[in-house]
Amino acid sequence: MKPRSLTYRRGIDLSIRVISSLAALFGIIMLGWILGTVLFKGAAAINWAFFTELPAPPGMPGGGLANAILGTLLITLLSVLIGVPVGLAAGVWLAEFGQESKLAEVIRFAANLLMSTPSIIIGVFVYVVMVLTTGKFSGTAGAVTLAIIMLPVVARTAEDMLALVPSALREAALALGMPRWKATLGIVFRAAQTGLLTGTLLAVARVSGETAPLLFTALNSPYWPESFNEPTANLTVTIFNYAMSPYDDWQTLAWGASLLITAGVLGTTIITRGFIWYRSR
Amino acid sequence: MQTKSHINFDPAFRWLTLAGGLAILFLVGSICYTLIIGAMPALKKFGIGFLFSQSWDPAFKEFGALSSVYGTLVSTAIGMLIAVPLSLVIALFLVELAPPAVSRLVGGAIELLAAIPSIIYGMWGLFVFAPFLADHVQPWLTSVAPGLPLFQGPPIGIGMLAAGIILALMVLPFITSVTRDVFQMVPEVVKESAYGMGSTTWEVTRKVTLPYGIQGVVGACFLGLGRAIGETMAVTFVIGNRHEISASLFAAGNSIASTLANEFTEASDDLYLAALIELGLVLFGITLVIQFIARWWLRRTARKLGAVR
Amino acid sequence: MMQTATATLPHRPQVRPLPVSSVKTESQVHAGQIKIATRGLNFYYADQQALFDNELEIAANQVTAIIGPSGCGKSTHLRTYNRIFELYRGQRVSGEVLLDGQNILDGDCDVLELRRKIGMIFQKPTPFPMSVFDNIAYGLKQHYHINRSELRDRVETALQQAALWDEVKDKLNHPGTALSGGQQQRLCIARAIAIEPEILLMDEPTSAVDPIATARIEELIDTLKKRYTIVIVTHNMQQAARISDYTAFFYQGRIVEFGATDKIFTNPDNQQTEDYITGRFG
Repeated sequence: MKPRSLTYRRGIDLSIRVISSLAALFGIIMLGWILGTVLFKGAAAINWAFFTELPAPPGMPGGGLANAILGTLLITLLSVLIGVPVGLAAGVWLAEFGQESKLAEVIRFAANLLMSTPSIIIGVFVYVVMVLTTGKFSGTAGAVTLAIIMLPVVARTAEDMLALVPSALREAALALGMPRWKATLGIVFRAAQTGLLTGTLLAVARVSGETAPLLFTALNSPYWPESFNEPTANLTVTIFNYAMSPYDDWQTLAWGASLLITAGVLGTTIITRGFIWYRSR
Repeated sequence: MQTKSHINFDPAFRWLTLAGGLAILFLVGSICYTLIIGAMPALKKFGIGFLFSQSWDPAFKEFGALSSVYGTLVSTAIGMLIAVPLSLVIALFLVELAPPAVSRLVGGAIELLAAIPSIIYGMWGLFVFAPFLADHVQPWLTSVAPGLPLFQGPPIGIGMLAAGIILALMVLPFITSVTRDVFQMVPEVVKESAYGMGSTTWEVTRKVTLPYGIQGVVGACFLGLGRAIGETMAVTFVIGNRHEISASLFAAGNSIASTLANEFTEASDDLYLAALIELGLVLFGITLVIQFIARWWLRRTARKLGAVR
Repeated sequence: MMQTATATLPHRPQVRPLPVSSVKTESQVHAGQIKIATRGLNFYYADQQALFDNELEIAANQVTAIIGPSGCGKSTHLRTYNRIFELYRGQRVSGEVLLDGQNILDGDCDVLELRRKIGMIFQKPTPFPMSVFDNIAYGLKQHYHINRSELRDRVETALQQAALWDEVKDKLNHPGTALSGGQQQRLCIARAIAIEPEILLMDEPTSAVDPIATARIEELIDTLKKRYTIVIVTHNMQQAARISDYTAFFYQGRIVEFGATDKIFTNPDNQQTEDYITGRFG
């Protein structure tokens, strides 16, 4: 029996320390590299026209992505209007009524499954049920796709947040003779409002940057969004189309759109997380 | 004073919220049903051979999933091979090595990586990272491993390797943050008693901290795997989109998701569309299998480790 | 502040401080010799001072008990002996802790080697997430190149010394966490003694186990002192009286009185010690 060399053991330990510090540094560098690129290349495309004008044909000077910006906002808004109420309802049922029941377990499993389903599959699904049947790509189809992606996230977050509310609070409300719906919406929701709000915001931020599910639902359009019943311009599909195009000015616009969408998504995420952090202190 | 008479809304409230829950169930059911029905023409025409055929020729109506499935699995494997060890050591840095302020800063930065939309990874991958790979990394790989078929061929940047690395970057934050949480859950006194035996930080991590939270770490890996396998935009931008299998990781390929993203709107006839939907069905099936394996694994370890949480 | 009593060791005529020697030389230490001595030991949690000029001498192969009310610095004091406090930022120490005459707080003291020589048992049992066997083998495998059969022998010996062998010999492959609380604590003692330390530090080792298990651990401590120097922190005065040879009474970070256990419990010099022992405070 020979003692292990302390130098060797310390050597291994030191190498791991060095490796893990370098790995952390690598993560930071990658983040900096990506954000730096987007900021640098995107800033070149951002000007007044970018926010106010329709896209110009390739080679023509000027032009912007005002229609896509508006379209993304509208599609996201509609998806929130569809997805959030249904998700909240599901979360309420799971936390307040379903609890440990068999049906609740099945719904939870389905929600997890839906959450892990690739977003492009949801796009294929909506394409088959909404686009094929109506024969039209539409903003509505895009919003429905995003709503489906948002739904399980909102439901599970809502359930978790509601479950955190002490049951004594529920019981106190019910003991006052309040009906269940009033106790839930008036008291339990209020107690959980920070969590519900931030959870929902994070879910919305996530879907607003989605591209794949819009590719064959909302499609894209060079015009102003006038009706949700036709292909609707949006930023992310525009990035895809313009980036893949051979035209330099379109690629520049794609970088501008990238900057905008990154700023929007990261901004929402950072502000929300900052808010959570602030409230938890 | 009279008591306010009111209608009892409670049953309605209960049913309304249940409808929300059932909507989720209904959606999952409809997605399965729709994909199967949509894929039916292709299922009937090609049968099980669809999975093993490499030909993809819309002009002659010949469709096989092999190259897409291969690309999906290989790019995901590259991504996981890079992301898992990297995430573990970053989590180690965040929990055991870094001063609290640095840990918060780096941890926050890593979490930001998770919030970046995938299309941004695609843009960056196509315009910045792939050229970098072609100029600096691929020639080097070929020179250190001459003869290894994985690293042969012209260094064009985009291809399987680029897709794998981008996927690694995308799943890294997920695995890192769950692993960090798991490391933090190990009771201080258990770590102390390992240090008290004269262990180094690495020995404590490998023998005590990691086994303590192995469940959560593996769960995190499955989470990352699930994301990587269905990731669309980042892969579509950099994988090269070619329906062929090649031994070299430098070569262009495709994945199920990238094929769908590129060709879905171009599907001109019913069989083409059905073949694409069947590809989607295969991807859905793979995600389902991953989910089931993950749950089975977690239950099994929970039993095996007994009271260890 | 309260008065500071300088610690003295009565009834130990043969005690001589060991000459400063390399930590590595194995000295044949006899019962009563000083194994550990602290000199002017101060401890700080960030800006808050927790220990004040602690002077204490721990006799080899004896049981020294550290008693005192909660928050008086008992555990803090103990945690300087194996420098485990260094895991936490902001915890600082000044003064000297001499192990066989060598200051372990020096930069050139190897902390891994130090902790191999000084085992520690904690308030709560801390089985590692692995089998009973691997728990005991942990330290051996880490510190030595050791073959399978010798490992098995040493694991068995350690478990026997900890009076646990008969209870677990058929469950060596079970997870350590599956044992009862009292067994887990003896598992931790076995794990610590498997690498043959010279000193065992016990930080309230019986506070989380039931009375029967406590009795067994106390018996164990009595047999272990033949081989090891034992320092035990306890808030249970009867326990200190039962098992220890020397007792130190801590109050507000200072050592108020230190001496033979019999003396401390029957005829303490200090009024505060008497008040504490008779249960008037603490």
